[in-house]
Amino acid sequence: MGERAIAAEARDLVKDFDGKRAVDGVSLTVPEGSITGILGPNGAGKTTCLRMMLGIIDPTSGNRTLLGRDRPLDAAREVGYLPEERGLYPAMPSAEAIAFMGALRGLPIAEGRRRALELLKERGHEDWAKRPIRTLSKGMAQTVQLLGTIIHRPRLIVLDEPFAGLDALNQEKLEQLIRDQAAAGVTVIFSTHVIAHAERLCERVAIIAEGKSVFEGAVDEARGRLRPIVHLRTRAEDGPWRAAIPDAAKKVGGEWRFELPGTGPEPLLKALIDGGAGIETLSIERPGLHDAFIAIAGEAAARAMGHAPAEAEAA
Amino acid sequence: MKLPETIRAAFVIARRDFAATVFSKTFLLFLLGPLFPIGLGFIFGGIGAQVEKTANPPAIAVVSSKADFELLEAARRRFLPLGDDRPLVQLGRVDPEPDAAAQRLRLMTSAEEPILGVLEGGLANPHFTGAVTADGRTVRQVNLFVEEARRIKAEFPVPSLPIEVTLTRTSSGSVAFARNLTARAGQTILFVLTILLAGMLLSQLIEEKSNKVIEVLAAAVPVDSIFLGKLFAMLAMSLVGITVWTSAGAAAIAIYAKGGLAALPPPAVGWPAFLLFILLYFSMSYLLIGATFLGIGAQASTVREVQTLSMPVTMSQVILFGVASLGVGKPNGAEAIGAAIFPLTSPFAMVARAAEQEALWPHLVAFAWQVLWVALILKFAAAIFRRSVLKSGPARRWPWQRRKLA
Repeated sequence: MGERAIAAEARDLVKDFDGKRAVDGVSLTVPEGSITGILGPNGAGKTTCLRMMLGIIDPTSGNRTLLGRDRPLDAAREVGYLPEERGLYPAMPSAEAIAFMGALRGLPIAEGRRRALELLKERGHEDWAKRPIRTLSKGMAQTVQLLGTIIHRPRLIVLDEPFAGLDALNQEKLEQLIRDQAAAGVTVIFSTHVIAHAERLCERVAIIAEGKSVFEGAVDEARGRLRPIVHLRTRAEDGPWRAAIPDAAKKVGGEWRFELPGTGPEPLLKALIDGGAGIETLSIERPGLHDAFIAIAGEAAARAMGHAPAEAEAA
Repeated sequence: MKLPETIRAAFVIARRDFAATVFSKTFLLFLLGPLFPIGLGFIFGGIGAQVEKTANPPAIAVVSSKADFELLEAARRRFLPLGDDRPLVQLGRVDPEPDAAAQRLRLMTSAEEPILGVLEGGLANPHFTGAVTADGRTVRQVNLFVEEARRIKAEFPVPSLPIEVTLTRTSSGSVAFARNLTARAGQTILFVLTILLAGMLLSQLIEEKSNKVIEVLAAAVPVDSIFLGKLFAMLAMSLVGITVWTSAGAAAIAIYAKGGLAALPPPAVGWPAFLLFILLYFSMSYLLIGATFLGIGAQASTVREVQTLSMPVTMSQVILFGVASLGVGKPNGAEAIGAAIFPLTSPFAMVARAAEQEALWPHLVAFAWQVLWVALILKFAAAIFRRSVLKSGPARRWPWQRRKLA
């Protein structure tokens, strides 16, 4: 993380609801200007963690700081939040709803109205300005709420499952908005159960499973926990070359798959060639976040998120 | 979050709620609603008065000689000044017929000239037959007419000399009576306005909860600000309503009551101060009871739950009004002082005090006391909301639960 300042930090957050532990000792560090993803299956405790970090609820135990403040609400003017369950007043005109969300966080209402029109215009939605929220589609209302989240130009944006309910085109637009915000120096934290979004966007991830923090760090660090996977097809069925591949190697559809030995690719290649394998194809695949997630959080968590382990998929 | 920031955030919430309410179509109905009964009251009151004016007063048939009847009529005329509100029964003479029973029956069943009853037997042996209450108004009047007629006949009439009258502006009895009346009127106005308007606060958080807006609000501002903003928005909306209703009421008084407000009994602190106190104590009563209702209503998650809560909440207001009214007429009595100290009855008790006692300093103390309690109730309601609805903070455990966990 180097010398970067910390935008948000949680230490050993615990939350009990009616005697049931929902979050069990989660710790998280979010450097300023980073995009951090919180990954985990539904019910893992992601939303509860975000709500505690934002000060909507207090933890049962543990500490958190938000933009250097111990009491998160003290930083409210510099924070934008898109909750998982979108909430807008149905009778409110869209531009007014955006301005109202800014006003809640200290932006003067007149300035909020001006910026709301500007933001809608930038996106080609100026005709939404006077339309009451109830007349908008779910996706449109979500866009309005997202604009309300950034209207006051916050230093930190927290998005809870922001991609849920959006079509592919709007997901792409949202990804771009997140990148633009990060490029402007805004810190972004978002929770998701779709690993692909995190993989495309995030610099850092926190993986939460069953209320516990099982990994927290850079995406590369998560990937680095797994060795690269070798995919090998040979003409020879057997021979001395077999000694070069690990015992744990598995044959899937005529292709050998195994972790790259610690000695690296060159000794492996040499042993295969010298051993008469007759290499048809050989590729070394760098593990994705998906694989790292399975390795870290376990297969059960992966299944809960709708991601089957690679081998199961292949089978 | 600092106090100015809490108030700023409350203002944002209040402005949104106020605009959403006042600029809705239903607000017009809200404004007109209380004017309907007033208007209908005037219309039906006018019709009733017209009917009373045009309708003939009740009559009885007097079967007697002309001489006896003239004495009875003379007696009746003597009592006419007492019949301001309701006219005295009218007397109509009928010559006696040989078959008294048949004549009585015919008179009693006559459709052309309906009567209440028949007086027979002259002054010597009077007997009244009629469909009236035995000791009711008609029988008592007939008794008086007969007795007075006998006195006139006996030539011992009491001379009808007018009493010399000296008028004063006030007397201790009239002042106490007037102030008592004003105190009760002030309390009643406060009660009616509070019961009409404070109940709405029960459902104030339902919209935010059902639309999930509560999450957006709670992430941006303290729950105290949400409660405070909602309370003040509804108070402002109520004051708009009161302004309209008061204007309509003042216009009605100016039209229908001789002398307008000046015709009403004056309160101890004078009319301008008293009206100001009514407004201020209404605001305090609204804030105190409203903050309590807001806190109670915030626990409800559906409209059905709010509706269920409405009845007990209304009854509690009636009880508060009843308790506060115990002290009227005895501003320094234990009941009045107790009601002034208990936060939820304090505005009612103090408005009565304003009608009954001139001193202004108790009102300053009362305002400070009531403001303190508004803040405390709001703080408490917000804390309960955070804990029970948002499920925030460490779990509270009883000592035996702690032991078990250990």
